[in-house]
Amino acid sequence: MTAVLAFLTRRRGHKRFDLTDWLTWGYLLAAVFLMFGPVFWLALSSFKTESALQEYPPTMLPLAPVTVTVEGYEDPLQLFRVTGGEHEGKVLAQVRRIGLNAQMVDPANPGERLNVNINDRVPEREFTLAIGNYTTLFDRFNFALYFWNSVFITVVATIITVLFNSMAAFALSKYKFRGRTLVFILIIATLMIPPTINLVPIFLVVSELGLVNSPWAVIWPAVATPTGVFLLRQYMLTIPDDLLDAARMDHASEWRVYWRIVLPLSAPALAVLVIFSVMWRWNEFLWPLIVLNRSEQFTLQLALNSFQGDLQTAWAPLLAMTVLTLLPITLVFAVLQKYITAGIAQSGVK
Amino acid sequence: MFAPVTTAASWLYRGAFEIFERPMLAIQKMTGAQRIAWVFLFPNLLIFSLFTFLPIILNFFYATTGSDRILLSERPYVGAENFASLLACENYLDPNSCGRDIFWRAVHNTGWFVVLQVGFMILFSLVTALVLNRDIPFRGFFRSVFFYPVLLSPVVVALIWKWILQRYGVLNATLEGWGFPVVNWLVEADWAFFWIVFVSIWAHMGFYTLILLAGLQAIPSDVYEAAEMDGASKWRVFSKITMPLLMPTMVVVIVLSLIRAVQAFDEIFVLTGGGPGSATLLVLQFIYETGFAFRPQLFGLAAAASLLMAAVLLVLTLLQLAATRKQAEG
Amino acid sequence: MKTRILLSGIAFAAMTAAVPASAAELRFACYQDGVECDAWAEAFKTFEADNPGTTVVVDIVPYKSIVEGLPLQLASGEGPDLARVTDLGGLARYMLDVTPYVSDAARIEEQYGRTLAWTRVNSPDDKGIYAIMDQQTATGPFINTTLFEQAGVAIPGEGATYADWAAAAKEVAEKTQTPYAVAMDRTGHRFAGPAISYGAKYFDADGNPITVDEGYRAFAEQFVAWNNDGTVAKEVWAGAGGATYQDAAKEFTNGSLVMYISGSWQIGRFGRDVGDAFDWQAVPAPCGPGGCTGIPGGAAIAAFKHTKAPEEVGKLLEFISNEDVQAKVLAKTKNIPANQALQVKGIDYENATDAEKAALGTFSSALANFSPVAFQFQGYKNNRAIMNATVTRITQAIVGESTLDEALSRIDADVKEAVAAAQ
Repeated sequence: MTAVLAFLTRRRGHKRFDLTDWLTWGYLLAAVFLMFGPVFWLALSSFKTESALQEYPPTMLPLAPVTVTVEGYEDPLQLFRVTGGEHEGKVLAQVRRIGLNAQMVDPANPGERLNVNINDRVPEREFTLAIGNYTTLFDRFNFALYFWNSVFITVVATIITVLFNSMAAFALSKYKFRGRTLVFILIIATLMIPPTINLVPIFLVVSELGLVNSPWAVIWPAVATPTGVFLLRQYMLTIPDDLLDAARMDHASEWRVYWRIVLPLSAPALAVLVIFSVMWRWNEFLWPLIVLNRSEQFTLQLALNSFQGDLQTAWAPLLAMTVLTLLPITLVFAVLQKYITAGIAQSGVK
Repeated sequence: MFAPVTTAASWLYRGAFEIFERPMLAIQKMTGAQRIAWVFLFPNLLIFSLFTFLPIILNFFYATTGSDRILLSERPYVGAENFASLLACENYLDPNSCGRDIFWRAVHNTGWFVVLQVGFMILFSLVTALVLNRDIPFRGFFRSVFFYPVLLSPVVVALIWKWILQRYGVLNATLEGWGFPVVNWLVEADWAFFWIVFVSIWAHMGFYTLILLAGLQAIPSDVYEAAEMDGASKWRVFSKITMPLLMPTMVVVIVLSLIRAVQAFDEIFVLTGGGPGSATLLVLQFIYETGFAFRPQLFGLAAAASLLMAAVLLVLTLLQLAATRKQAEG
Repeated sequence: MKTRILLSGIAFAAMTAAVPASAAELRFACYQDGVECDAWAEAFKTFEADNPGTTVVVDIVPYKSIVEGLPLQLASGEGPDLARVTDLGGLARYMLDVTPYVSDAARIEEQYGRTLAWTRVNSPDDKGIYAIMDQQTATGPFINTTLFEQAGVAIPGEGATYADWAAAAKEVAEKTQTPYAVAMDRTGHRFAGPAISYGAKYFDADGNPITVDEGYRAFAEQFVAWNNDGTVAKEVWAGAGGATYQDAAKEFTNGSLVMYISGSWQIGRFGRDVGDAFDWQAVPAPCGPGGCTGIPGGAAIAAFKHTKAPEEVGKLLEFISNEDVQAKVLAKTKNIPANQALQVKGIDYENATDAEKAALGTFSSALANFSPVAFQFQGYKNNRAIMNATVTRITQAIVGESTLDEALSRIDADVKEAVAAAQ
């Protein structure tokens, strides 16, 4: 115990646990709560039934009403605790509710019907996970297929993005040629323009190329990211030209210089781009929605949204669906978090 | 667990090199070692032209034509009418005096959003980076804590918070439990605006924290030791040593976060729908709704708005670039 | 099995764009609020058995895809052969007239004439069969009868005005300490019902939109006032911006709302989610100087011009229009029939509670008495422009971003501009 405490309170230089330490730990613990809390709450809520979700104030844990089978009644009856009136304190099963009155029976004495005002009873409840929110999602569609479609698009798009962007960045950072500045400015100029505002023209291009309803309609428009080129170029500028020239002296081809020297040295920046690309493609919704309308081509995001209708918003499946989409990326992050955070920190996006 | 993956990856890495080596060598013989740059540029440039540059040019055609037809050949030419209608305004500071009051509200909102979001996010990222730079246990874990929301999709982020902030959500339930008055967070304009700024900071600050942390760790420790020897106060060390040395990283952070702030759309759209009224409606939502979600779709107007926005962004980017260059040189 | 799924996945993924669809494979893009698409997929099995060689693939898509993706695809000659759509007038120009391919056009005309009219917007003497409605809807109010009982307030009867209902609901809310008295979905479609009841005409004698007239203004004033004095739940309209749709079903099902102006599509959901918690019922639309009307609406299955198999598509639409087929599907989806014969005959809804059956009956009979203006509004090609302008601008007036007068004049300007663009 003391060892743990000593470990927790160890700090540079000083021995005492002073005010700044308290502030630091307070800040960090608050952050853990603020950053994870909302996601945790969402995950907990996704295990509640639709009617439990509509309760106020909400309960912390998913609870479901308790039912009992009572002699003489076919269907299980719901249990209530009576809080007022002549039967106060008893736990009764409700037969039916008529207007303001509930007809109830004591499970121990099923013969006698008791009348209770509906305001004098609260449902008895116990901890139950509403797995149904998830199973209905799985029953409705071929999860494996949509998962595969998403993985395919994410992986292929990321490989192409990294390849094309790094080649372009290599050219822009390690060669001097006429038009270089122009090309760079063209790319930079579009850095800030969000793709959302070009949806219609991009669709026309994709449609002219005959790509509609193919995964390539999602992949191709996404791979030439200006952010990637910018990021990689800035990083490659820091690689000393001497290294490249030395290799060229040894008769290395330009391709070898790029592949064997520049790429490995840019690893941290490439890692950042990989993370971004995976995130972008995995989370993409609006664009696939427009170019894919055959369900066998759907990505996971589309398929999970396919029950979203016109007139009703149902929270239970929506929450379950949200948890399902963030699960893979959370798992990947949990396993790789050391590399991811270290990669970003190292690249320092110089 | 990772061994087979690593092996396969390195095998692929080597294989790809060999597949491309011969053709690239042949090309290099033809072009020479300098002009081969264009070959490296070509794939990216081709895709870029098709899916980024060409659409922007097409947007010019949309912006100068009218009607709700999608195919350009069916759209009548209207000249600068769309631009004129967007810019018709007696007083740009008072959206109510403008022909397109909603567009100008969106412009105002976007301006405020960018300033507040970037300002506070950098402040919080810096504080967090300073905290994480201390010698604390579990640093890796805390680094991940802040980074985790960065991975979530904007729609998920918005749904999480919408679920918490609704009138009958957990936040109000907690406040009520503690005896505070409940607030209809997304119905009161000022609160709604507070929450869009808050939520987008929540979702993105982890990334900038990591970059700033890297910048902090790159500052050599002997600089601090020297300052300590001189008996400099903590604040003096921070303002005279840490901040100036952190500046190059800071510039990167400012550039990237500005880009992100201007592009913010999905999470805010799902969270507030631009409401109440148009209190949190940003320019991108205006473009998306006029050109896409509303019927009939006014593509011309949307394209004109997006070109205006692009022009402003271009100027901003170039200014930033100039600033970055000056920083890097100075 | 798993390998097969994976393999088929790989096969699909490897496919590039131009997959030649076999002439007899029909693609049907379907969105659903409940189980509509599932019910149709089930029904199509009979069709496939009767028409060997023709297969119908039901692609269940998000509603957003129908609203935002489909028009783009259709304009560039892509997209499914059929789709379940709600914007009948707007998409009419891409729809296929299947009259030459059906065996009994007169029957379809007789049974669906009223809703077929909503697709015949592009020329005055258009008599084509473009889309068959499979979900007729009607807007109208629901009330929580248990709350009325608890408060001891009498439920206003036939012919009660909006003012009567608002006062009654408010009294109930106060006596039972229920947070909300009245709520209305955030859409210009729901707004139109009361507005017409207040005397709004929406169109001039030639059928051109006039939108803001005295009746419209009267209800707009009333609605804004109700939002600000707490009669109407403010967060439904003020809680969003643009034309974002918001409902108040959650408030109704958890018992915190006395009266909810929505529509017939909520019935199945209330049946399921309210359960035994309280009694609820659908009541006839309240009245105003202009009558007592809701707005009809619904979703229809439309055929599109670019299909490579118009004959099969025609056959399929005829199958869909079939009385027995509709009866079977509607029994599952708990919707009101658009088919006139079924409206008379009634439908034996599967597993419906008494409350659900009663509500379906109320809406069904209310629909027959809706004002002609309501039908004209629903059948107007650019009605979405009117709805969007209504929602956006009235919300601005509610939250105080503009005065009501400004809002109303901007509604007129918005509608005018949109209509001009759509011509």
